[in-house]
Amino acid sequence: MKVEVDVAKCVASGQCVLVAPDVFDQRDEDGMVVLLDETPAPGLRDAVRESAMVCPATAIHLVEP
Amino acid sequence: MSSTTTTTTRTEDNADPPGFPGTRSARCPFDPPAEYAGWRDAEGLQRVLWHGNPVWLVSRFDDIRAALSDPRISADPRSPGFPVSPMNAAGANTSSAFPRMDDPEHARLRRMLTGDFTVRRVDQMRPHIQELVNGFLDQMIGKGQPADLVVEYALPIPSMVISLLLGVPYADHEFFQQHSAVLIGRNSSADEKSTASTELSRYLFDLVASKEREPADDIISRQVHERVATGEISRQTAVVNAMGLLIAGHETTANMIALGTLALLENPGQLARVRDTDNPALVANAVEELLRYLTIPQDVVARVATEDLAIGGQLIRAGEGLMMNLTAGNRDARFFDRPDTFDIDANTRGHLAFGYGTHQCLGQSLARAELQIALPALLRRLPGLRLAIPMEQVNFRHDMTVYGVHELPVAW
Repeated sequence: MKVEVDVAKCVASGQCVLVAPDVFDQRDEDGMVVLLDETPAPGLRDAVRESAMVCPATAIHLVEP
Repeated sequence: MSSTTTTTTRTEDNADPPGFPGTRSARCPFDPPAEYAGWRDAEGLQRVLWHGNPVWLVSRFDDIRAALSDPRISADPRSPGFPVSPMNAAGANTSSAFPRMDDPEHARLRRMLTGDFTVRRVDQMRPHIQELVNGFLDQMIGKGQPADLVVEYALPIPSMVISLLLGVPYADHEFFQQHSAVLIGRNSSADEKSTASTELSRYLFDLVASKEREPADDIISRQVHERVATGEISRQTAVVNAMGLLIAGHETTANMIALGTLALLENPGQLARVRDTDNPALVANAVEELLRYLTIPQDVVARVATEDLAIGGQLIRAGEGLMMNLTAGNRDARFFDRPDTFDIDANTRGHLAFGYGTHQCLGQSLARAELQIALPALLRRLPGLRLAIPMEQVNFRHDMTVYGVHELPVAW
């Protein structure tokens, strides 16, 4: 799995950080998404899929093999 | 009901469409009005009257998400055909706050504030919120029982938190809370509300001026020195933003604290688990489930189509209004398992209580923190907490935009 984030679409809801804090963070100055791990380990992938599903801005894209 | 597809417009029946929001049953005050389930299951969208004006009601989970992420659907009351309520009609000619704007201007203004509401920023505030909460508990217990939980606990918490965030000096808290209470109070007349609004605006305008001279670590200071000073926003916009944060963060959180407490009191087994756990994840999930199960914004999210488009198999013409039925969407069995059961262990991810799309609640992390702190603190401090009146006498906010209880007399 490869994770891509679209900062231009991000609305700083912070939900990805709650669901998958090892993979997503927020910029301090404006809360925009920061991708910490673009190829998350298998144990994190369900949480990453959930992050993509709940993102209100559809700013998280997953490329699954 | 007539069948509807994307290619035909539903013909208007002779009878008036039903009113929205509906009224919840006295026997099931936590459940949506009975008619919502049928509207959610019917083809197309339900036509309803909102403040006497016909709008399309979006009740399915997927349709709400589709509508709220469609750039052809506007949140700006100045867009032709926007659903009119007495509240937005009164404010139609005044300067709008960014929640009532569309992107890109909405995003530009919103991003000036999002840094103050990140998960990390809110986590740093938790010890302070806990202190405030403990203080309000001391006060309430000191005054004796029975107590009205709304006045003594649910309202002061968000009010104090937002005044701290904005940088309202401690000496002015009483003035600030008094006027806020009038502004959102049911028993305030239109005149009283208008006076309170004017007083608060004037106060915030003065506060902006004082933060220009003496900045501190607060939102208004940052707005003034990082945004007004650079010409990105006007002083007026800084005041409108501050006022918007005050109102948005107040009534919603207060009603979740009071109604959430009542829902837990009615489910003593789950209440005991929230009270007795030392697992923050269980408390967090219980709060999400309360947000989903209660979904208190009854008719908050209004929109208008700016082009002909289809939502949920319904043709919507440019200039036709839409209302999001978040209460129904959060009980949609197509998305949630056992949606009508209150279960603090349920997976509630993706619920719509904070809305969806680019306008999703800016303060959601703060609201979560306030609820995660306020509910367990109350239950732990007062393990004998109980309703001081029969359940049938509880005065629910059926008629309000934000559902909840007007008063909640409790004893312990």
